[in-house]
Amino acid sequence: MQDVLERPVTKVAEAPVDKNKGKVKKVLVICSKGKLEDVYAALVMANGALMEGIQAKMFFTFFGLEAITKKHADHLHTATVGNPAFMPGMPTVVAGLPGFEAFASYMMKKEMDKLDMPHVTEFLQMIEAGGGEIYACKLAADMFHLKKEDFVPEVKDIITVGDMYALADGEGTQIIFI
Amino acid sequence: METLTYNGTQIEVNAEGYLKDMKQWTPELAREMATKENIELTDKHFEVLNWLRAKQAEGTPLSIRKIGNSGLVDIKQFYALFPGGPLKISSKIAGIPKPASCI
Repeated sequence: MQDVLERPVTKVAEAPVDKNKGKVKKVLVICSKGKLEDVYAALVMANGALMEGIQAKMFFTFFGLEAITKKHADHLHTATVGNPAFMPGMPTVVAGLPGFEAFASYMMKKEMDKLDMPHVTEFLQMIEAGGGEIYACKLAADMFHLKKEDFVPEVKDIITVGDMYALADGEGTQIIFI
Repeated sequence: METLTYNGTQIEVNAEGYLKDMKQWTPELAREMATKENIELTDKHFEVLNWLRAKQAEGTPLSIRKIGNSGLVDIKQFYALFPGGPLKISSKIAGIPKPASCI
């Protein structure tokens, strides 16, 4: 043991990187949350992949389903309570006042508009137009009593967790969970 | 410093192959650059390239969304014209810098 510890540490030379071999070829972005910022993170990453020539598949589950329903997609909120990074110093009691969350979400959307960020439904259209595929989780859809017609038309199908893993098949796939 | 030689003229490009000076661009050079990306340029391609160059000259930040709203092509057609990273590839062929856009 001592012998091992005293052995000089030799730096292993980095193997030459074959750029094409280790490339990300596909991403599967799983969005399990329905907060404005989480949904946008998922959308930006999926769309960003397509922009780089990387395939992108999206799987929405649990509260993430809100982002693909016709009713709520463009009306997502950011959480003002239970979110310590939101306006640090803001007392939870104030952040929880009626209308506060709606106001904060409105302000956030205004900032996003300034940056030319599309609304959720338009973002989903952009992803579909770029060759991305959007799916809803069967278990969560059943739980929330949501049917295909409740979702925006870009949702290709309602699938099981097994089907979701099949979307990630192939070399060079990364799964991103939000 | 990397250079590209076209028709006997030395054209300066950065490490990723983007032109340093958009004024050195010619449609013929675009055709040559497009061949490297396995794209054969059509009139529709040139419409997009000219639009990108015009916007760049105005100083407008470019994004896929803006191209979709340009009235020239929709986003689907844009991906079809320049497969495998349309904004990056079209900008390179248009002789303008790589857009720093996340959307």
